[in-house]
Amino acid sequence: MTPRLRTTLLLAPAAIWLLAMLVLPLVVVLVFSFGERAAAGGYSAAVTLENFANLGARWTAFQNTLVLAPVGTALCLLIAYPLAYYLAVRCDPKWRTLLLILVIVPFWTSILIRSYAWIYLLGGQGIPKLVSLLGLGSPRLINTPFAVLTGIVYGYLPLMVFPIFVSLERLDKRLLEASADLGSPPWRSFLQVTLPLSMPGVATGCMLVFILLMGEFLIPAILGGGKVFFVGNALVDLFLQSRNWPFGAAVAVALVLIMLVTVTLYMRFTRRWAGGRDDVSLM
Amino acid sequence: MTNRNDFISRERFMAELMRYRKGSVTRRHFLGVTGLGAATAVLGSAMPGLRNAAWAQGNIGDRVVLATWPNYHDPANFEAFAAATGAAVDMNVFGSNEEMLAKLQAGGSGWDVFVPTNYTITTYVSEDLIEPLDLSRIPNYDPAAFNERFAGPGTVDGKVYAVSKNWGTTGFAVNTSQLGDKPQPTTWKEFWDLTQAEFTGRTMVHDYQLTTIGNALKYYGYSFNSIDPAELADAEKLLMAAKPHLFAISSDYQPSMRSGDAWMTICWTGDGKQMNRDVPEIAYVLGKEGGELWSDFFAIPKGAPHMDAAYAFINFLLDPAVNAKESLFHGYPTADKRVDALMPPEVLNDPILYPAAELLDALEFGAAVTLTDPNRAELMARFKSA
Repeated sequence: MTPRLRTTLLLAPAAIWLLAMLVLPLVVVLVFSFGERAAAGGYSAAVTLENFANLGARWTAFQNTLVLAPVGTALCLLIAYPLAYYLAVRCDPKWRTLLLILVIVPFWTSILIRSYAWIYLLGGQGIPKLVSLLGLGSPRLINTPFAVLTGIVYGYLPLMVFPIFVSLERLDKRLLEASADLGSPPWRSFLQVTLPLSMPGVATGCMLVFILLMGEFLIPAILGGGKVFFVGNALVDLFLQSRNWPFGAAVAVALVLIMLVTVTLYMRFTRRWAGGRDDVSLM
Repeated sequence: MTNRNDFISRERFMAELMRYRKGSVTRRHFLGVTGLGAATAVLGSAMPGLRNAAWAQGNIGDRVVLATWPNYHDPANFEAFAAATGAAVDMNVFGSNEEMLAKLQAGGSGWDVFVPTNYTITTYVSEDLIEPLDLSRIPNYDPAAFNERFAGPGTVDGKVYAVSKNWGTTGFAVNTSQLGDKPQPTTWKEFWDLTQAEFTGRTMVHDYQLTTIGNALKYYGYSFNSIDPAELADAEKLLMAAKPHLFAISSDYQPSMRSGDAWMTICWTGDGKQMNRDVPEIAYVLGKEGGELWSDFFAIPKGAPHMDAAYAFINFLLDPAVNAKESLFHGYPTADKRVDALMPPEVLNDPILYPAAELLDALEFGAAVTLTDPNRAELMARFKSA
């Protein structure tokens, strides 16, 4: 067997899988997006740009997504970085594995069930009741953008923690010693050595969380009480409720295009931010 | 030891059923104490519908796939069916008729039996998604026993496509302990006004265009089914004004009503009954202006993979004794007078389940056009994303 044949054979399953499960469905979505809604819903063949012309009708959904996805990603980063730093640098190695497992454990339960748990935590009998017992007023938490953000940060935190943890763990400690030897206080070593060297992990984590958040629909539906509407929710309704598949396909195409643009811009910026390093990539 | 011949009273049966549903007792205890376990074992020969039929010999296959609504069947009946025929019930639960239709339109659903609502059946027929029924294979369906008002929509162009399951109403539930000295609301006008005043942040509406838009239309006295652009524009104005005052847009309202987070919600009969039974201050109200009257059906989709099992299952559930158990379990009335004859009088006199005639007469069946009207769908999307 020649090396070339071996490579081809080894790549074949992935190639076939991607072709059948990603490329072909995307082509179907693209074709549908130029079609018309059949009278009773569904798809009827046509070539029209009307679906794209109507995209404005879902502008609020795009707006909500384009605000809440970056904000959610930023919150995840703010919370995940210190945690990852502690796990990778500060904590006693004998506890590290246990603590890492604790970060993963929630993933063993479906996000649907965990989101339902938040309904009760944020509902009138949960945290708001505690707050009012302490005499601090009775805040409304459930079914607000705040509840959606809470759910998002809770659900996606591990995806941010792990890439940052890995990049911090691989950090060469001798660089920090060198920095200290040259008279740099710890905060400066952090800013000039640790932070830049962990940027690949930060960039990867942000990318993972951001891309998934752009397509999120479950958490807004459950913790937003149906009042906080993401593009994902618009898509679910278009395909399952109003059954306007061509318009749904057009919204999906627009979402994919927006992601491509933002992710490309983001990669370009993070590369510059990380000082022109070439190893800032998705993984 | 339990005496198997012991008679179990209706009250005791319901009490045991409640204990079982609350999880206080195990299924085994429940089946044992109520005699249902033993009943299950002998059902194959005891049920008139199951006796002497070819498929009772076990050649209907090992499963029947059902697409239905939440909290709409007694699992004990499924067990009995499986024990008698060898076909296990594989249940899929849906949130709206639109979703059901979308799945059937997409094809390959694999369902044998589904539970469409009256106003969707003509669309299923015109889309060629539903099988005309061979009534000779459903001997338990006696058209004369069924109330024509509720069973009628199953027949399209003289052909029977669906047989009646249950009927009910769409009103609203209100937690009367939150009303203060205000009288209990009786109209949809009061529902929407209260939502934007004293009940701000406490009202829920369905995540469902038919009922949410329909009952906003009733505020102005328009038809529940209107697709008139000017009337829909009025409804949209009301919905947009009410949106900031809503607790949630969701059809899963029982948890929030029970916990006290929500005080009022658009509500279906069975949910209203279940909440009122456990939390008496939650009242069920039919708006005086009208609203929705609906009836659900059993039907078989085109290309059902287990056709024999589908017929056997529908016939089994339409057996008045089985149907009565279903009805007692989920709280929705049937249109079958043979079933009514088996129901306890307090159920038949329950104003939530069997509303007064003048309230009932104001109600409308949903119209097929609302299911496919793009303007109502877009209105709902604007309302949800606003």
